[in-house]
Amino acid sequence: MKHFKEFLIEKVIWFCGVTSIVIVVLIFIFLLKEGLSLFKHVNLVDFLFGRKWYPISDPPHFGIFPLVLGSLTVTLGATVIAVPLGIASAIYIAEIASPRIKEILKSGIEMIAAIPSVVIGFIGMTTLVPFIKHYLNLPTGLTAFSGALMLAFMAMPTIVSIAEDAITAVPHKYKEAALALGATRWQAIWRVVLRAASSGIVAAIMLGIGRVIGETMAVMMVTGNAAHIPESLFEPVRTMTATIAAEMGETVQHSEHYFALFAIGIVLFIITFIINLIADLSIHRHRE
Amino acid sequence: MIIIETQRLNFFYGNFHALKDITISISEKSITALIGPSGCGKSTFLKALNRMTDLIEGTKISGHILINRENVLDGKTDLVSLRKKVGMVFQRPNPFPLSVRENILFGPKIHQIVKPNEYESLIENSLRAVLLWNDLKDRLDANALKLSLEQQQRLCIARLLPVKPDVLLMDEPCSTLDPISTERIEELMRVLKENYTIIIVTHNMQQAARVSDDTGFMLLGELIEFGKTPNIFTNPRHQKTNDYVTGRFG
Repeated sequence: MKHFKEFLIEKVIWFCGVTSIVIVVLIFIFLLKEGLSLFKHVNLVDFLFGRKWYPISDPPHFGIFPLVLGSLTVTLGATVIAVPLGIASAIYIAEIASPRIKEILKSGIEMIAAIPSVVIGFIGMTTLVPFIKHYLNLPTGLTAFSGALMLAFMAMPTIVSIAEDAITAVPHKYKEAALALGATRWQAIWRVVLRAASSGIVAAIMLGIGRVIGETMAVMMVTGNAAHIPESLFEPVRTMTATIAAEMGETVQHSEHYFALFAIGIVLFIITFIINLIADLSIHRHRE
Repeated sequence: MIIIETQRLNFFYGNFHALKDITISISEKSITALIGPSGCGKSTFLKALNRMTDLIEGTKISGHILINRENVLDGKTDLVSLRKKVGMVFQRPNPFPLSVRENILFGPKIHQIVKPNEYESLIENSLRAVLLWNDLKDRLDANALKLSLEQQQRLCIARLLPVKPDVLLMDEPCSTLDPISTERIEELMRVLKENYTIIIVTHNMQQAARVSDDTGFMLLGELIEFGKTPNIFTNPRHQKTNDYVTGRFG
């Protein structure tokens, strides 16, 4: 009887584990099957580097270059803002803050992570967008910059909490050794602690970027969604994610347009996969 | 010449009275061993000398510590220059998780005391001083954590030298090493004595007897007896010292 119970539990656990893998594989197959169908009609180079995204004009144009650039602009902008701020907060929380402030800040940052992205989107739309339009004297406040700011805000919790863990995990003895050599607190942090934590910090940055590039709702609400190649941060852009979200509901199933949206999904998948891979490798190196 | 002098040094961890009225004079270019059972305060005393005790919260210190006749306990003491003068080797080797080269250059870089074109000769001299040069000259870019424990401990000593300390504090530097490595580190200490004042805390009485010129015996926060090493081990004045060095307790 006992033997049978063991056997049953083992099989149930095995089943749960395998199910998640099977689901991932099925999603991947479905994505590939639908996405790759596009290339019966459009060639890959035109798709990736075409400068026009006019999916419902006649003849349609399926060039996602402006969308890729839109995603990259917003992501890069968000990274430039979120990384220094995030790492600085992580250093403050891990090394400088008193235990009380540390607790307050940590729960505050976890709270930011808990805000639904659509809420961040409409806060951005009602406060940030008019502010940017007014103070930068732009024709519209719906710009790549607005998107970058909001997304930086969303990437911060990921970056801060993972980087903080990495910094806290550095053995105290390294800092002690640095201080005993006459290093100031800052020199000990900068030259020893941060370098010892560097691979964890890289992972934090990568996971933060992964979060940003896959984000849809907030970015759709504040970037203006114009599918053109941006010349500066202060122009409207459209990201890959926003394109899929906005157009998928209106497209005819199994039309070229429908396949094109799936093909964008593949591109996104590849980008996120690479980013997560870098983060994983980095964490792995850290553990060694 | 006396280089370190403490007068009625008292130290508290919260309410715990860890050092009681320690008065001691340590002469230059000698090896002083501090012995005593665990918890007697010998490590605390060592850490107080370069104010590493400041890192622990809830502690209180009173009395005088004079290093080169300067009181390092008054508010004006510059911790950076104090710790440059008084280097420390820890119980567990703690090289930075960086290359051998960067470990040695850490001190000179933070204190900006050496020009970049002198780095290479500095690395060589420091490693030669701890007898590591022949082993490591082809592995300067290897991560220091990949070295053997003994090599790591030597490297920790080597990285102090470019900063030109007067005093080296060693907190049970051999406790994680095997007997052969221990013997070699002791040999190194005898060489370093030519140029540096060394204070070593040790659990190992044979080690104290082998390497030191002077020995202090501590018990429950008090310095029971301090004198020439041969006297402490063969002809101690206090019964407690006698009991400890003959192994009756400890």
